[in-house]
Amino acid sequence: MKRRSKMVKGLKLITIVSILFVFCGMGLAKDVELTAAGATFPYPLYSKMFDVYNKENGIKVNYQAIGSGGGIRQLINKTVDFAGSDAIMSDKELAEAPAPILHIPTCAGAVVITYNLSGNPQLKFTPDIIADIFLGKINKWNDRRLAEINPGVKLPDMAMTVVHRSDGSGTTFIFSGYLSKVSSEWKEKVGSGTSLNWPTGLGGKGNPGVAGLVQQTPGSIGYVELIYALQNKMPYGPVKNKKGNFVTATLASTSKAADTNLPDDMKVMLTDTDAPDGYPISGFTWVLAYKDLNYGGRTEEKAKDVVKLLWWMTHEGQKYAEPLDYAPLSKKAVEKAEKLIKSITYNGSVIMK
Amino acid sequence: MKEPSIRGRILWDKLFKALIVLLTFCSILPMFFILFFITSKGVSVINWRFLTHLPKPVGEIGGGISNAIIGTFMLIGIATVFSVPAGTLAGIFLSENRKGRLASLIRLCVETLQGIPSIVIGIIAYIWLVVSMGSFSALSGGLALGLMMLPVIITSTEETLKLIPESLREASLSLGVSYPRTILKVILPAGISGIMTGILLSIARVAGETAPLLFTAFGSPFMNLNILKPINSLPLMIFNYATSPYPEWHTLAWGASFILIVVVLGLNLFTKAATKKWKVQF
Amino acid sequence: MIKERTDSISVELPERVGILMDRSAEDFLAKIRKRAMAGWKFGLSESSFRKILSVAGAFVLLLLLAIFFSLLIASFPAIRNFGIQFLFSSTWDPVRNEFGAFPFIVGTLATSFLALIISVVFSLPISIFLGEYSAQGSMATFIKSMIELLAGVPSVIYGFCGLFLLAPVVRTLEMKLGVAPYGVGILTASLVLSIMIIPYSASIGREVISLVPSDLKEAALSLGGTRFEVIRKVILPYAGSGIAAGILLSLGRALGETMAVTMVIGNSNFIPKSIFSPANTLASVIANEFTEATGSLYLSSLIELGLVLFVVTTVINLMGKWIVRRMGVGE
Repeated sequence: MKRRSKMVKGLKLITIVSILFVFCGMGLAKDVELTAAGATFPYPLYSKMFDVYNKENGIKVNYQAIGSGGGIRQLINKTVDFAGSDAIMSDKELAEAPAPILHIPTCAGAVVITYNLSGNPQLKFTPDIIADIFLGKINKWNDRRLAEINPGVKLPDMAMTVVHRSDGSGTTFIFSGYLSKVSSEWKEKVGSGTSLNWPTGLGGKGNPGVAGLVQQTPGSIGYVELIYALQNKMPYGPVKNKKGNFVTATLASTSKAADTNLPDDMKVMLTDTDAPDGYPISGFTWVLAYKDLNYGGRTEEKAKDVVKLLWWMTHEGQKYAEPLDYAPLSKKAVEKAEKLIKSITYNGSVIMK
Repeated sequence: MKEPSIRGRILWDKLFKALIVLLTFCSILPMFFILFFITSKGVSVINWRFLTHLPKPVGEIGGGISNAIIGTFMLIGIATVFSVPAGTLAGIFLSENRKGRLASLIRLCVETLQGIPSIVIGIIAYIWLVVSMGSFSALSGGLALGLMMLPVIITSTEETLKLIPESLREASLSLGVSYPRTILKVILPAGISGIMTGILLSIARVAGETAPLLFTAFGSPFMNLNILKPINSLPLMIFNYATSPYPEWHTLAWGASFILIVVVLGLNLFTKAATKKWKVQF
Repeated sequence: MIKERTDSISVELPERVGILMDRSAEDFLAKIRKRAMAGWKFGLSESSFRKILSVAGAFVLLLLLAIFFSLLIASFPAIRNFGIQFLFSSTWDPVRNEFGAFPFIVGTLATSFLALIISVVFSLPISIFLGEYSAQGSMATFIKSMIELLAGVPSVIYGFCGLFLLAPVVRTLEMKLGVAPYGVGILTASLVLSIMIIPYSASIGREVISLVPSDLKEAALSLGGTRFEVIRKVILPYAGSGIAAGILLSLGRALGETMAVTMVIGNSNFIPKSIFSPANTLASVIANEFTEATGSLYLSSLIELGLVLFVVTTVINLMGKWIVRRMGVGE
């Protein structure tokens, strides 16, 4: 008697508790949470920003770093409130979207070439060498051309393992955009985009995935956003820019590259910069948002929260960029961003006056 | 023709047995390795802060897995609500209809459902719930897990009820108890332990599932009790942290793995012991 | 046996009833009588209850059909665009919107079959050991539990351990062999997969071996055969198809495995050239690229991969289960 009714009671209890959870959850629907997804490029910065924003304003921003391609896809599917991307949406993608989408810049970063060699030597790279490495034409570390520009460094007779992104990536977009500018062979064979038909190499998921693989694989070489190389104490080398100078990726050199003519819609690539001491593989990262935030059943309240967040990210939030070695927006860039944010509407009427 | 010598044959026999025993014991080594490594790397991470705090932003030390633990519970709860009523009723149907074309067809469907890869279930939950609702949610993750629990519950319910003697049902019916009441108040309670075992086994199976949650529950760095929003879970968190380059996150992943494996294996061992003890004996 | 007499029927009940050893039939009957006297709270008639049960059963059927058709409909754009060539084309280029499943089919088949071969080396001895040499006793229970626990370990934990424990070992091996030291790739994925699928073939193999009729075995032994010869010439041939079915079932499991493989296969969308190459399986490419397939043709192609996976695993699983049923196991 006792055991049997205990089991029945147990079953009833589980059912009741489960149902309670379900209804509880529905009741708490007033909790303000913004859902976003996208680039891993700015993820360290965004996760810090959103943590601070949550503490200061109580609003939670759930940003999942699934890659720029993922962010764009989820935005087109209207499953997120905004997306993060370092790739500019192509015409095809914009055509798929049901409504116009704005590109609002939040900061600029640098894509560095990082590698795994014993002793962590500082290696210099030139554009054509980088292109040939990632095309698979240079596949040994003691290659003559690499040794030529790096005298004094003992390069081992080891195979080179290329590491690239396995997911749709804005970092790839920036990197391949750069390679398409400096190598016609690359432009023809591979092209630029968020997901490429890579000629060679291993794939890692997200910037963290690439950094992880390079860390674990001796003789590997990959491309990541600067902060990932810094945080994981991985070596990265200076790259020869358009003016012929070998520039290391720093906050200053990224800002120099970003100090260029900015179009109103902020859809501009910073690669292969003309600035003499600008880092050649830099790029903006954007927040992508629908121009009119009335979609997918979203309320005006939520639209206001999104706009407030975007304003904060481009103003007060900028102070968190420098400690993480991201280049904060220049005054010109902030002005353009403000114009874009002020043009966001809900059902036709502007939200921020 | 020369007969192989008896000594030779006995030698082969002994060698064979030795080989079999060796290979058998070798194959349980991985289990020991896994348990050993997870325990040694994970147990030191577990402390009160680990269990009750939220994860920290990238690159910062500290942080915990509280939202993943709660998320796992919530997803299992939703999955149970989806699968237990439907599964038990379907299992009763199958045990009441031993023969019959519909019943055999349904049994086939149950077997097929059981074999569907978890990632395909994730695609289905994405198409059915995420796209239509316009957002990722615990609900869609729960649906995916519920779809995976369903076949296990149906099979174990059917098997348990088949073992209950006909005489019980006949006694009840002959005493004038109506058919629905006989099933629900006499037969079902008699088999409740087998059914509970099936439910616990299916929970053990889905507690560790990650693939169907990748694009349904989506993950979240916050504590979330709202089923219409994205949610984190232990296996999702382990996947994300294990594939990252940050050593702090790796340590968290070991700790989370330890908890997950303790829970899952614990459930498995518990149900095994419980089945033995409560086995329907006649 | 107790004989209970009601007005017109006499029913025999076993003395002990139900799951509890300590309840006697008399108590149970008393309880039933009480309920019968209490009158119906259920206004349900028998036929409407049976209808409800049939609905629940049919629900399962409808669910399966819904799953299949959802996959089919969502794959239409890709099916229409690529046709049957999809399965044989080896370009997976999201930039140019050209998709072909061949690299993933190769990756899936390579890892699954390699894993199968490795696992059989262990699961067959386990089946023989537990079915023939040591069928009862605490040693058998211990080993059986350990093997079944292997099936209970979540896939992501296998992937985690594979990434951190196995990949470095494979890396060292590759460096010794002079191959690119990826650490991840087909070999690592197959090794992890093989451990995961051992329990499936082992348990079915054990059952069929234990079902071999003892008179056959005793006849062989009485004719002077050694245990080894009995196993080789009597048991294995008899249980052969059952063992094959178990292996088939573990193959079905291997084909659909996602997380562990995704974490250690290296994620390369090219046809692998050797077992040390990185690759992708049908399941791992879906896991990697699903959330970000920009462009509906891309997404539809991924879903078509899911459809292919669904069909293949279903066919293999049902074949395996049919053979098992025919051998009378598990009934």
